Amino acid sequence: MNLVTTIIIITATLSVILAIVSFWLPQMSPDYEKLSPYECGFDPLGSARLPFSLRFFLVAILFLLFDLEIALLLPLPWGDQLSSPLITFLWASTVLVLLTLGLIYEWLQGGLEWAE
Amino acid sequence: MLSVLFTHLINPLAFIVPILLAVAFLTLLERKVLGYMQHRKGPNIVGPYGLLQPIADGVKLFIKEPVRPSTSSPVLFLLAPILALTLALTLWAPMPLPYPVIDLNLGILFILALSSLAVYSILGSGWASNSKYALIGALRAVAQTISYEVSLGLILLSTIIFAGGFTLQVFNVAQESVWLIIPAWPLAAMWYVSTLAETNRAPFDLTEGESELVSGFNVEYAGGPFALFFLAEYANILLMNTLSVTLFLGASHIPAFPELTAINLMTKAALLSVVFLWVRASYPRFPYDQLMHLIWKSFLPLTLALVIWHLSLPIAFAGLPPHL
Repeated sequence: MNLVTTIIIITATLSVILAIVSFWLPQMSPDYEKLSPYECGFDPLGSARLPFSLRFFLVAILFLLFDLEIALLLPLPWGDQLSSPLITFLWASTVLVLLTLGLIYEWLQGGLEWAE
Repeated sequence: MLSVLFTHLINPLAFIVPILLAVAFLTLLERKVLGYMQHRKGPNIVGPYGLLQPIADGVKLFIKEPVRPSTSSPVLFLLAPILALTLALTLWAPMPLPYPVIDLNLGILFILALSSLAVYSILGSGWASNSKYALIGALRAVAQTISYEVSLGLILLSTIIFAGGFTLQVFNVAQESVWLIIPAWPLAAMWYVSTLAETNRAPFDLTEGESELVSGFNVEYAGGPFALFFLAEYANILLMNTLSVTLFLGASHIPAFPELTAINLMTKAALLSVVFLWVRASYPRFPYDQLMHLIWKSFLPLTLALVIWHLSLPIAFAGLPPHL
């Protein structure tokens, strides 16, 4: 079997065994106070499913864009070995410059402002 | 048959068990180092110089009752710490010390991808805990982690273009004459700070901000599952430091004495880990908006520029790395 798969299975099995041991080993005596969510000793006020702040979503979208840019730039070590690395450089710069222009626009429009 | 047993069972265990031991003693080291930096001694009662403290901690955590809050989603609640530890241990497999357990062509990509998956365990634990504090802590931790992953990826890209390949052994070869930190020191500095932020370590630890969110996304965890998160976090710290050493402070590889390379690498990784602890003792916590400002407005433009720098200069000066 594939070695990577084997290692993932071994580490996952070890983690599951540790989790199981932690539930079988101690004495369990559940009572109401222990089972309720922690809120400094008070009963929880309101639901725990809060409305989602838009800034987190914006950060996630920014991450998505720049991660895709990284994915586009990943073939560069092989691209540099082509017959004309200059063409590679020009295309890579195009990608980078386009995304940098996007970053500049976002910055000027305040999208990065307290991106929290 | 025997060789399969060795490569598939004994080799993985041979790196997992020492890592778990290292993580246990890293917790002791942290407490001692933090203690001495704060003019007090760390734990020194449990064993000689406190050496049995990690064992006592481990035993305590596993005999403590694991709380399972009544309103949480049980499957996700249990799956998140298991995922965290699984990823933290699997990430060590492609590390060249100096021969990796799994020899991947795209070792660095594997490491980057798996460390990105760790975000899911934070998100899962925050959501499944069904507690406002946990959710807020998890959202902040996730936003912080994914932001610094962008900087991590771009810095890795620059060093990969410089060294010539995605395998980690390439870095050993590329650094035979000089450490990569000498030409690429701005990258190394940003990489180190980004790894601090990525592992949620002080001064970027407001997601575990003890005074603010009472342990953030793992507030509802106790006992065994908390131990799993803890182990995963410290294993990630050790891994990031080993990766920093491999990338920037490479150890020259002498085929006749691979153990020498391993000792060299690990000594440097241990020193970098102690610097992590030193930083924890020295700097106040970053407010969240400054943390985000740092990544999106300082690191990102600089790393984008440095990618173009590292792309253009090797071409201009005919210094492209050899194709491997």
